[in-house]
Amino acid sequence: MSAPSDTPAAVQRRGRFLEFWGYFRENRGAVVGLVVFAIFILIAIFADLIAPHSPTAQYREALLQPPMWLAGGTSEFMLGTDAVGRDLLSRLMHGARYSFFIGVIVVVISAGSGVIIGLVAGFARGWLDTMIMRVMDILLAFPSLLLALVLVAILGPSLVNAMIAIAVVLQPHYVRLTRAAVLQELPKDYVTSARVVGASRIRLMFVTVLPNCLAPIIVQAALSFSTAILDAAALGFLGLGAQPPTPEWGTMLADSREFVLRAWWVVTFPGLAILINVLAINLMGDGLRDALDPKLKRS
Amino acid sequence: MNDENSPLLIKASNLSRHYQVSGGLFKKDVSVKALNNASFELRAGRTLAVVGESGCGKSTLARVVTMIETPTEGALNLDGHVISGDNPLSDEQRAQLRASVQIVFQDPFGSLNPRQSIGRIIEEPLLINEPTLSASERESRARQMLSFTGLRSEHYERYPHMFSGGQRQRIAVARALMLNPRILVLDEPVSALDLSIQSQILNLLIELQERLGLAYLFISHDLSVVKHMADDVLVMYLGRIVESGPAEQVFANPRHPYTQALLSATPVADPSRVQHRIRLEGELPSPLNPPKGCAFNPRCWRAEDRCRSEAPELAMLNTHKVACYFPL
Amino acid sequence: MPLLDVRNLCVEFKTADGLFKAVDGVDVQVDVGDVLAIVGESGSGKSVSMLAVMGLLPWTANVTADAIVFDGVDFTTAGAKQRRSIIGRDVSMIFQEPMTSLNPCFTVGFQIGEALKTHLALSRSERRKRSIELLEQVGLPEPERRLRAFPHQLSGGMSQRVMIAMAIACKPKLLIADEPTTALDVTIQAQILELLLELQNDTGMALVLITHDMGVVAETAQRVSVQYAGQKVEEQCVQDLFVDAHHPYTHALLAALPERATTRTLPSIPGVVPGQFDRPQGCLFSPRCAFADAQCQSAQPLVQSESLGFARCHYPLLDGKPLQASEVRK
Repeated sequence: MSAPSDTPAAVQRRGRFLEFWGYFRENRGAVVGLVVFAIFILIAIFADLIAPHSPTAQYREALLQPPMWLAGGTSEFMLGTDAVGRDLLSRLMHGARYSFFIGVIVVVISAGSGVIIGLVAGFARGWLDTMIMRVMDILLAFPSLLLALVLVAILGPSLVNAMIAIAVVLQPHYVRLTRAAVLQELPKDYVTSARVVGASRIRLMFVTVLPNCLAPIIVQAALSFSTAILDAAALGFLGLGAQPPTPEWGTMLADSREFVLRAWWVVTFPGLAILINVLAINLMGDGLRDALDPKLKRS
Repeated sequence: MNDENSPLLIKASNLSRHYQVSGGLFKKDVSVKALNNASFELRAGRTLAVVGESGCGKSTLARVVTMIETPTEGALNLDGHVISGDNPLSDEQRAQLRASVQIVFQDPFGSLNPRQSIGRIIEEPLLINEPTLSASERESRARQMLSFTGLRSEHYERYPHMFSGGQRQRIAVARALMLNPRILVLDEPVSALDLSIQSQILNLLIELQERLGLAYLFISHDLSVVKHMADDVLVMYLGRIVESGPAEQVFANPRHPYTQALLSATPVADPSRVQHRIRLEGELPSPLNPPKGCAFNPRCWRAEDRCRSEAPELAMLNTHKVACYFPL
Repeated sequence: MPLLDVRNLCVEFKTADGLFKAVDGVDVQVDVGDVLAIVGESGSGKSVSMLAVMGLLPWTANVTADAIVFDGVDFTTAGAKQRRSIIGRDVSMIFQEPMTSLNPCFTVGFQIGEALKTHLALSRSERRKRSIELLEQVGLPEPERRLRAFPHQLSGGMSQRVMIAMAIACKPKLLIADEPTTALDVTIQAQILELLLELQNDTGMALVLITHDMGVVAETAQRVSVQYAGQKVEEQCVQDLFVDAHHPYTHALLAALPERATTRTLPSIPGVVPGQFDRPQGCLFSPRCAFADAQCQSAQPLVQSESLGFARCHYPLLDGKPLQASEVRK
């Protein structure tokens, strides 16, 4: 049975975006994820305006002050302060900036290079394809955090180097995904038609084939956004990412681990921020997959 | 139509296309002869049909004629340019030939890029081959072509998923005609379409041929469609032409046992017709391991020792050519 | 009493854009030993109606019918368990794509064994014996060796033979074949159709053949039911249908066959099959019909008498000419 569609009157159907939104909306978790993610983005953008204090200002009179709802807390420092008297809430708000900065940069670098290498591998076949894929297999064979650690150790600990390291670690996933999608699209007749009218190889790659491979890549991008944040936090925690006093969430965790027993809030809130953020993005990624992956699409 | 004087657009001589297939880790590579020693001609305004079952080489033939693949042996004279394995085309010749040979595929759902609008799909040939054209000229030519192939101008902005199979096939024909080709390769153009739509597309093709004097290389497995469309027929079996000639001769007077079996196996929409079905035993042999001698001999009821040892050549027999030692 | 009697079958699918009516008031009667062909284009609901009878539709489908009676059991009232025990044993089905209908992970022998195990109480060796028998019956050479073969080692024609062997394993009273030869080459198609007719002849089972190929219909069926956009528009015995089709759709469809063409330009049906969003108000074929008038566009036609092929038409054709309202007995 053919799907009931494609009639001329069906032409008036909703636009592509509306269709996408229709599928996305069905997944309630994804919508919640999107809302939370949007809130985090807004906080990151307007951190300067809404944060009650400077993230680096130290209030010596209020060291390790508990959150406002506990005994000893004040409304001036809503989530309390850390060991050197900096306002935790303000630091978390500014930290959101770093997290998104890391996410965006890592995804752009890894997806950009991964997609291009994947396209080359898919189109080249033969020895070049084999070589690229074996290198990617080797990269994937390392535990990802360990590989990032080694790279940071070589490049030197800093936020930028951590991002590069994470991008290198995540990039093989894009290569494999893109190559698989390209191999699936290449034998289709529309690619052959483009070749018959004389499309150049570059045009075939980027104009003809790539747009048809984007759906799984977008899903992967959303999911690796959260992986990037998580890995950056882990590197920060190990002291190899952002350096103090940068209010990066992982670094904040690391700074305060000695106070775990005395002042739980210094550790808990950065951790919670990471958890909520990553969870929101993963939920959103699931929704994206539902909406974009034609294999899961219901007719 | 008297077409003896119309220009010769395709002349294939002993055309072959072989593929190397890896035989596995410890085995020798196998050569698959997807197309073997094919010779034929096609003139402007004529339709040459290629019929046969899966694996007979008809799609390979289409790919060689549209220059997606180069022939391994033999020569192909396409609209004055000679293509052969050891004489690859220069980019310039290739660009010229591209304008004269275009293709329409079987599956109208796979042959249009789902991410491009109809306008972009139809304009792509111009964009690549006539880069000096301005965007507005391209658009006006695309819109003209849409109405020429029975679509409406407002279809320009829409996407392929909004169209039915028949309309998509019209779009594919429109794209193929954008460069004003002289030869159109039609690779099973109606076999994915419903019966009521099939006749619409066949009529369009007939009309276009009459108006533009196109030469059609019409590839199909549906003999009733071929009978209606073709001037000449090539019957292929396992990479070889087994019978060729004017359509009415081949259909009325099949000489090769395979052609006859194929004709008798084709269901006819007439319940009162008495069936004289030739029962072919067995399956199509694998092209990886074709039978020795005549490829049809394991299924042929007339085969003798000679058929099992050497392959017969295509030779003229009264009205048309046949490759068989014991023609009917 | 017919073996299978389906009355007023309707199937609706819930889609993202609302309800889609795939089958609309279809009646099917199949007698013992009957060969019924259901013909229609894509979107005519021919497969869906039979899948609905088999209970094989996904959960998004809403199936209603006045009656689906098979061999005295009404599926609309019978319990799921009773229905399951009948389907697969007394009614079985084969599909269009033989290559994907077989599970690629298991051998042919295992899969036929499974089919036998579900419905018949046979020992292991009996099952093996019966499997070999079945493969011989469907004309597969070297059945013992084939039992150990995996589906990818078989060609399309051989896979379809295996599917048929599995379908007839429990000696069904009714076999539904859904486009069984569409994916096969012409010479193989001839073999499979011949096999199906032979089996039908030998066992006396009824055969429902779903197809879009008028040639196949003409050569195999005894009776033909024509469907269009989810409705049955005509039903006749095969000889009469090809000589004098009463519904304009059938008539136009037959005229569009290239082999029946008398002119170079084929008579064609304008437009396309109505979809979910452009279902006409009156007769579903009216926008494409050469004989349609205002009544056809506004009122749904009733089904005509048997002598007019149960045509669902206001002005059924007789010898290619529409009867006027006064001549039609409602």
